[in-house]
Amino acid sequence: MLRQSTYAVLCGILLLSVNAAGADETTQESIDTLAALGYPTPTENELVHIPPTMEDLAEAKLHPQLKRVIRRGYDLFTNTQQLRGENVFNNMNCSSCHLGAGRMPFSAPIWPAAVTLPDFRGKNAHVNNLEERIAGCFTYSMNGIPPDYGSDNMLALAAYHHWLAKGVALYPQQAIYGRGFPAPDRPEELSYARGEAAFQVKCSVCHGANGQGLRVDDQTVFPATWGDSSYNWGAGMVRLFTATGFIKNNMPLGQPNSLDDQEAWDIAYYMSSQERPQDPRYTGDIKETLEQTREPFHKHSLYGQVRETDGHLLGAHRNLGGKPFLKPDTVRARTFE
Amino acid sequence: MAKQLHDFQSGQRSNATMMPFAQMLSEQQIVDVVAYYASLPATPGLGGEDAAEATLKRGEQLAERGDWSGYIVACKSCHGPRNQGAGEVFPGIAGQHAGYIKAQLQAWKAGARSNDTQDLMGSIARRMGDDDIHAVAVWLANQTPATH
Ligand code: HEC
Ligand code: HEC
Repeated sequence: MLRQSTYAVLCGILLLSVNAAGADETTQESIDTLAALGYPTPTENELVHIPPTMEDLAEAKLHPQLKRVIRRGYDLFTNTQQLRGENVFNNMNCSSCHLGAGRMPFSAPIWPAAVTLPDFRGKNAHVNNLEERIAGCFTYSMNGIPPDYGSDNMLALAAYHHWLAKGVALYPQQAIYGRGFPAPDRPEELSYARGEAAFQVKCSVCHGANGQGLRVDDQTVFPATWGDSSYNWGAGMVRLFTATGFIKNNMPLGQPNSLDDQEAWDIAYYMSSQERPQDPRYTGDIKETLEQTREPFHKHSLYGQVRETDGHLLGAHRNLGGKPFLKPDTVRARTFE
Repeated sequence: MAKQLHDFQSGQRSNATMMPFAQMLSEQQIVDVVAYYASLPATPGLGGEDAAEATLKRGEQLAERGDWSGYIVACKSCHGPRNQGAGEVFPGIAGQHAGYIKAQLQAWKAGARSNDTQDLMGSIARRMGDDDIHAVAVWLANQTPATH
């Protein structure tokens, strides 16, 4: 069940150079499915890994206790709202952004973190391990506070990441096929008005005309794309190219790659021009916060910029969304000195 | 239900039996008939009673988790917790008759039902094989329908 291979493209035919075996059929099928949906096929020497499924877990030769922990991690990842009020203070599940329970290429599959960390991370300028990476998504994307390092929930989430990485060698040298949310080239100009119109036609049926999302029986059906119930100003998704890459590759749900590049950028520009909870790195002053965070981060977002339609200064507020604190104390520098 | 009757009237949804009857209804009659059906107790759908266990398991997977290897998004993603419906737009599908769900998915797949302006259902149905359509229909028929 090893589904990993290095691809060499030769004369238009994909040749498997390592691990070539019948086991790669699944990988090939997945690539064919993705190609039919308009995703690029792997380029030469890209690392291709199609993670195992929860159905595969049932068959796997692992200790039953470990299977239980991995299932718990899956459950937390896909229903993170069970930690609402404890670790999560918005309407997101981890799987709200990492589609297909974190397995899908071009939807920031989560397994690369399990094989590339510990490593230096520009966002916080020190070496992070897998738990700290997961903690980052809790702090920003979930507008919350991470479960304690080493706690049952953190261990279960980490175990789920490791399970999805099954069979991949640590610290791969190659680029990873479908990692992150790759964005198409940025067009010359972006239009708020066109983005707004397209959002209303293509997105509002699910996310609501005001991006508020929809909850039913205390569960999130459609996550909020902005506002108090959405990710905060420190989340990776506020970067324009990240939002564009997410939208182009994943939205409208079930119709990936259906928007043209300009449309995806316009919608991302419109969405990123709306308010959301304050960045946990906020110092109390937006100019100062911007200075400290611009280089590694906010130079790609609209935080601290004036919205062209009404002159509103984005992010200039103390609104924390549903959260009773600004910054979890896990957000701190490490120096190892 | 009101939307569906309107769509039969306009021809966006087609069915030889329903279209002539829908044409005969006035606005008030549509309101009344919708109110009547909403007042009835909900009962599970028929047609899934003797499905094999493996079929039901596959149906449950498709409805609750989807099959992303074939980019089939879970029904639940839009039709809400326990597939009992979400908001004004996404109807409850748990407890519907298996034959009905099957016919609708086949109609979307074939392009015969087009009253979904964004083609959200068509996009999914076209990726589903007949076995998957059968499996999800019988599993849904075995679930508790939404109560009004
Ligand atoms: C609001 C959207 C959003 C939510 C919700 C979210 N993430 Fe993420 N996540 C991102 C973005 C954006 C990235 C960075 C992708 C990139 O590299 O461009 C990311 C990256 C990651 C990575 C690193 C992947 C890699 O390639 O190294 C991991 C691991 C991860 N997230 C885990 C989680 C977990 C666990 C949760 C739930 C606690 C979560 N995420 C919730 C948006 C989100
Ligand atoms: C058919 C319903 C549907 C449509 C239409 C749709 N989405 Fe989504 N969207 C979802 C669901 C459901 C999720 C969460 C994924 C999950 O839980 O499986 C999501 C997730 C998201 C997210 C990440 C989480 C968040 O809320 O920030 C963004 C951003 C987003 N969608 C933007 C868009 C945009 C932009 C469009 C229009 C181009 C769009 N969506 C159209 C259903 C939809």
